[in-house]
Formats: sequence, structure tokens, C-alpha cells
Amino acid sequence: MSEVTKKTVVVTRFDPDQDEVPKTQSYEIPVQSDWKVLDALNYIKDEVDPTLSHRWSCRMAVCGSCGMMVNGEPKLTCKDALSNYGNTIEVEPLANFPVVRDLVVELDGFMERFKKVKPWIIRAKELAVEEGATRQSPQELADFKQWSMCINCMLCYSACPVVGNDPHFLGPAAIALGHRYNMDSRDEGSAERNEVMLEEGGVFACSYANECSEVCPKDVDPAAAVQQGKALSLLDWAKGLVLPRGSE
Amino acid sequence: MEVIEHDVVVVGGGAAGIRAAIAAIEEDPNVSVAMVSKVYPMRSHTVSAEGGAAAVAREDDTLEMHGYDTVKGSDFLGDQHVIEYFVEEAPKELTLLEHWGCPWSRNEDGTVATRAFGGMTTKRTWFAADKVGFHMLHALFQHSMQFDRIVRYDEQFVTRLLMEDGAVKGVVALDMRQGEVRLIRGRAVVLATGGAGKCFPFTTNGNIKTGDGMALAYRAGVPLKDMEFVQYHPTGLPGTGILITEATRGEGGHLKNSEGTRFLVEYDYGLGTKAELGPRDMISRAIIQEIQAGRGIEGPYGQYVHLDLTHLGEAKLKERLPFVLELARTYVGVDPVTQPIPIRPVVHYMMGGVDTNIDGATDLPGLYAAGEVACVSMNGANRLGSNSLTECLVFGARSGRCAVAFARGASAGDEASLRAQGEEEAHRIETLRGKNKGGETIAGVRREMQQAMEDGCGVYREQGSMDAAVSALAQLKGRYADLVLRDTSKVFNTEIIAALELGNMLDVAEAVAVSAAQRQESRGAHTRRDFTTRDDQNWLHHTLCHFDPAGPRIDRKPVTLGHWEPEERKY
Ligand SMILES: Cc1cc2nc3c(=O)[nH]c(=O)nc-3n(C[C@H](O)[C@H](O)[C@H](O)COP(=O)(O)OP(=O)(O)OC[C@H]3O[C@@H](n4cnc5c(N)ncnc54)[C@H](O)[C@@H]3O)c2cc1C
Ligand code: FES
Repeated sequence: MSEVTKKTVVVTRFDPDQDEVPKTQSYEIPVQSDWKVLDALNYIKDEVDPTLSHRWSCRMAVCGSCGMMVNGEPKLTCKDALSNYGNTIEVEPLANFPVVRDLVVELDGFMERFKKVKPWIIRAKELAVEEGATRQSPQELADFKQWSMCINCMLCYSACPVVGNDPHFLGPAAIALGHRYNMDSRDEGSAERNEVMLEEGGVFACSYANECSEVCPKDVDPAAAVQQGKALSLLDWAKGLVLPRGSE
Repeated sequence: MEVIEHDVVVVGGGAAGIRAAIAAIEEDPNVSVAMVSKVYPMRSHTVSAEGGAAAVAREDDTLEMHGYDTVKGSDFLGDQHVIEYFVEEAPKELTLLEHWGCPWSRNEDGTVATRAFGGMTTKRTWFAADKVGFHMLHALFQHSMQFDRIVRYDEQFVTRLLMEDGAVKGVVALDMRQGEVRLIRGRAVVLATGGAGKCFPFTTNGNIKTGDGMALAYRAGVPLKDMEFVQYHPTGLPGTGILITEATRGEGGHLKNSEGTRFLVEYDYGLGTKAELGPRDMISRAIIQEIQAGRGIEGPYGQYVHLDLTHLGEAKLKERLPFVLELARTYVGVDPVTQPIPIRPVVHYMMGGVDTNIDGATDLPGLYAAGEVACVSMNGANRLGSNSLTECLVFGARSGRCAVAFARGASAGDEASLRAQGEEEAHRIETLRGKNKGGETIAGVRREMQQAMEDGCGVYREQGSMDAAVSALAQLKGRYADLVLRDTSKVFNTEIIAALELGNMLDVAEAVAVSAAQRQESRGAHTRRDFTTRDDQNWLHHTLCHFDPAGPRIDRKPVTLGHWEPEERKY
């Protein structure tokens, strides 16, 4: 094992069955120098306090389950090294989401916004399997690949100042996802999708704070997707392909 | 108690489950499908698959070759009619995924690129850089969102199958957010709950891979098949067990010992010129032997060897293996561009699972299984890397279609009797919640179970250690009854979930150990120091493990041969 020291982890606790408001609880625990923040939470859960609730699964920064606020910043806790912090670490549920329990937040709203951008290939005529795989050049792939890397960890929603204030806002990850399909050479659905992008809460609700891209653990750069999305949907709109809903 | 009704209930939102749900809709657009998952579908462990998915794509490849490679990889324990169907459907399924938006890596001419993989004679592994499972899962999940007749039940933990007159009529699920038990009725049920790597201490598997579906079917009377065959992947990171994909070797990476020697080339491990492109069982054994010969490297988590990618160059690593760069840098502080990666064999995949036929049907009417939870018998004693993701699609689709056909002719069952089963289950869960009396902790029993499995069912096995694991597990099952639980809340009570998962793992682990202890030969991933060779005379058959309250009961089932004659497995 690697070197063991002690740290204090201050965790936000909230059980709607018992608590009116969230409270904090401190745990002083032995930690190894190679641990991530998630390892500390799992240690607490297994060895100190089995009543703590948090989500995790892959512990390799790809399933997107373990997003939390660590010392006030949204972090993927299985990727975030404990050694980045001093002797006391505060762990809270992701900001801008309703809390279900302890460190577990509610995702319903997020999942709905996701579906709204129609994140699937839309074609005038569906391809048959017999037609074989579509050709797509490495460049065409590169045009959207980056936007397809989102693991839905929702750190960007926690960091976004607009998400906090505007309940209609699609938010960075959903916009990036819609943009991903718009940029895919196999897709023909951008007109349909841009209707959603131009609605209230669409791309123009973004104030371009760029916070989303700064916290993204996968370098998806949703802020750039929003900016490109603005330009492209306007172009469509100018070409008369799209009318913002309600403006007929 | 809330009662919900659908035609087909799919348990699982990984590659196999989502594919099954979509196939059900393709088969009949009016069918109503429940997709129940204990995590949001995009969190399913399919997401972690890195290297690729196999299907014949190139001019120089044939279905015959893919079939032969798979049969040989399986050490001739795979059912050959299943494998023939698999290789034929594989290209169609991966093409569908292409149409659904999966960002497959491309050749210059725009065709789908393929890479080399262990035990495959030519490049037939489709890939999307080194995040293949992630991209496949997200493409499948996003594609599925357009079907309103697939109704999702996210974060609902299935604890039991509903039965009537010897047939399955749905499931009991614990809604994690509310803490309430509900009935999800269906005239057919497809289990797609994934594997059970968490029965072991050192695994590439995520926290959710606890063998739930295997335990559900097993307790309902369906045997678990070929459970002794547990795949050790040669290249896991010491400490965490995080996988470094086989694609590293497919792209030209080398395994080296403490002397800097490519031991797979230097010494005879039966791999011939395949060297690093050999199958997983053989390479894992070679690594253990290198370590035992004193050519391992000492680290804080025991001995390891090196995976060297430095000669591949930064540009190629960034293009083909960017996730490997991220994982090595984040989790062992090593930069593969300039440094070799420490690795050691790690529990990865269950070849065994719920016994099904080629339709994914079990012997229990109405119950289907597909993906890693199932043993449709295409992997036999050793799975070839990149066959599993494709298996999830091919057999997920087939079981989804067959489940619809079955549901058409089946009754929905009598609500009162199903409700009674639900009440019983609710009561069982209620007694667990905050169960204050007892002297055992979940983490403690889990740790001992995992240790027993590592000691008894590792890369190398022998009678004494397997028997010790069997008795340790029986004893741990007794101690499970004495668990103490502290969390009394109904809301997102992860302690109850962990207790239920542990109960499932204990059953599955016992099936593994008991199946292993009785097979007196070495075949594929089941390697014994006391029976060192394959014995087709006595052991060319599947193992069936039946649930019995008195302890697991072992039975056998013939292997389907016919196309390829068993021969010595040499590369
Ligand atoms: C790190 C890693 C890398 C891999 N790389 C490759 C590769 O490159 N190529 C390849 O072919 N294979 C690879 N594999 C193997 C392959 O990824 C898996 O076998 C496959 O993804 C399993 O998919 P599945 O759909 O069967 O199960 P999973 O993806 O594990 O999904 C299981 C689903 O069942 C649900 N579930 C489980 N229990 C319950 C319950 N009690 N109640 C409700 N829902 C439940 C879960 O929520 C989840 O949605 C890899 C495996 C690992 C671990
Ligand atoms: S546990 Fe999967 S991303 Fe952290």
C-alpha cells in the first residue's frame, strides 16, 4: 500500500424522512496517498457509517455516476485525487439539482432535456442493414467526435450560472448532444433539432460564462458547442428552414 | 402496492438490455416494453468496455474464420450452432449500430476501421478509439429514446421473479428513490443484468456487477451453466484493477518482464508467433509463471509485469488509445508515451451464466437471458476479446424478438396471486431495513467472500483450495443471516441494496466454486495444477449448477459440436 495519513471529510447529509434541512457530518479517516475522493467516501460507507448514500460504479471516470461538489467545485470524485486537497475536504451534492438524499441528486429534469434535443440519427429515409455501413471520412468523424464524448456526469449543470436561474434552459450537456447529431454527416435532422435549440431555454439562453467547459472532466467543451449551435441554428433560421416555435 | 403492466419486461439497460428492448419494438411496434435498471442505463458497465466489437468486415476475412477462432478460443466448449449463428449476425448488428450513430473509427476511404485482437486471425474488431463500450451504449440508449413504447424504470432494483404455474409473469422491483416495492408485470421477462466480477476482490468490473440476474434465475430453478470459467484479463492496473485494453496489444504493445524481455516471444507459452496477440487465458498464465520464476517487478500491490507502448509513438497513442493514456496517468501516475505501464492479471468476465438455448430462452417458460448474465454457450471455456459486446447485440436482439413471440401466446397471470408474492417480498425487504440485530457487517462478509474466491478460484486452481472456497462460502452464507444494517431510511437506502447484492453474490460465488471443484481437467480459463491437461474423453460437456436449499447440485449437458472437430489448442 502507499503511505497512510489522516484526513477529515465533511459530508453534507440529508434524509427527507428525518431532516428539515441538510446538515454536515465530519469523519476523520485514514487515507492512502493514491486515493481519490470516492475512495474516502467508500471507506466511510464500508467501515464507519453505512447510512451514507452516494452513487458510483465504474471508478474509472466513464460511467458519470459520481459527480459531487468537492470544496465547492463540481468534480468527478473517482478521478479527483485526495492529494489535491488539504487535511479537510468538504463534499456536497452537485449544485443546481434537487437533492434526493445525502450526496444523491435528482436527474429527472436532466433526462427530459436530454430527450428534447432528439439525440438520435434522423433521416428522411431509414437505411436498411443490407445497404451496409455508411461511409464517413475521418474528417467527417472528427467534426462531431468531441461532442460525443460526454459521460452525462452533469458537472457542467452544476457550474452553469444560467441553469441555476432559468428552469427552461436546456443546459450545456443537452445542447452539446444535440449539436453532436447536427454535426454528424449521417444525420438529416438538424432542422427539427434546431427548432428546439431556438426555443426559449435553447442556445440563446446561454450567457457564455464558459464555466461548463472549465469543469468538464472529458474536455467536451460544451461552451463551444453552444456557440457553434447559435451560429448554425441562426443560419438555418435565416434560410427559412426553422421558425422558433410559436412565431408562425 | 403499485402494479404496472407491460407485455415484455427487460431487466437491464446495458448493451444487451437496450438491444433487447429495441428488438422487441422492431418485432411488434405495438408491444409495450418495460426497461428496468438499477442504475440509469448510461451508467451500465457496458460503458467501460474499451477495445472493440468483433464482426467480419474485411475482404481477407470469412465467417468460417471468425467461427473457428471463437471455437478454438473456447477450448471447444462453445456450442457450434450458436457460434455459427453469432458470426453470421455479427456484421449486421454492428452495421445497425453504425446506422444508429455509433462513431466507429474510420479508414481513409470512409469504411469502418478494424483492429487486431487476441486470438483472432485477422483484423476484425470494430472500434471507436478505445471507448467502444461507452460509444455503443450511448448510441443504443440515445436511439432507444425515440420509442415511446419503451418505458424506463431507472434506479429500480429487481429482487425477485413473479411466478405462476411454473411460468414467469414479471418482476418485483424496489424503487430506490421511494423505497417502495412495486410489481412490474409482463408475460415474458428478459434478464440482461450483466456479469458478477464483484464476487472477486480484484476485478475490472464496476460496483454494480454483482450477478443479480444469475441469482434471480438460479433461485427460480434455472441452472447456471459453466460457472467455473472465469476470465482473467492479462492487463489490469495493480491496486484498482482498472482495465488497460487488449487493444494496446492489438495496436502493437509488448509485455515485458523485470529483465525487459518480451517473455511471450522468448519463452514457450504455447502461443507461437501470436505472442501478445494470443488469447487471454494463456497470456494470464504466462504472466503468473513469469512472476513465479522471479521475473516479476515488486510494487506496493504485489508483483507485476510491464505493458510497453513507448515504441508506438505519441501520435498513434493519442489517436487510437487516448483513454489508456488518461487511465494510466490518472490511476497509476504513469505516462505510456514514455514509460511502461504496470499490469497484472485481473478478474474480468464470466463465461458462465444463466443456461439458455440459442433463442435466449431458459427452461422456465417466459424467462429469457442475454448478454453477460447468460450462457448461450458461445464463449465456452474462454471468451475471445471483443466477442462479448457483439454477443450482447446478437443475442439481446434475438431474445427480445423471441420474448415478444412468447408473450403473444401467454397469459398475464392472476393479479391476486402475483400481489401476494409482491407483499411477501416487500416484507422480506422491510425486515432487512435497519435490521439492528446481528454481528456481521456487509463489508466484512463481502471482503471474506472475495478473498475466498481469489484463494480458491484464481488463475491456477487445485482441489484443496477450491474445496476450501466451497466450505468458506457455505459458512459465509450462514453468517449473512446475521448481518446488521443501520440505515432506517426508505429514501435511497444504498445499504439495503448492498445487502441484497451481497446475498446474490454469495449464491453466484458458491456456484462458481462448486462448479470449479468438480471439473477434473484443465480447459480454457479453468486451469488446475492437479489435472493439467484437457480431457475430452470425460469432460467435453457443460456443467450445470442447480440451486438447492441443501447446497448446489451439479449436472451436465452435452456440447453441440458438428462443424469443427476438437483438436489440441495451440497457436
Ligand atoms: C473494463 C471492461 C472492458 C471490456 N471491454 C470489452 C471489449 O472491448 N469488447 C468486448 O466485446 N467486451 C468487453 N468487455 C465485456 C463487455 O463489456 C460486457 O460483457 C458487456 O458490456 C456486458 O453487457 P450487458 O448488457 O450484459 O451488462 P451490463 O452492461 O453490465 O448491464 C447490466 C444492466 O443490468 C442492470 N441490472 C443489474 N442488476 C439489476 C437488478 N437487480 N435490477 C435491475 N437492474 C439490474 C444494470 O443496471 C445494467 O443496466 C469489457 C468488460 C469490462 C469490465
Ligand atoms: S464512478 Fe463512474 S465516473 Fe466515477
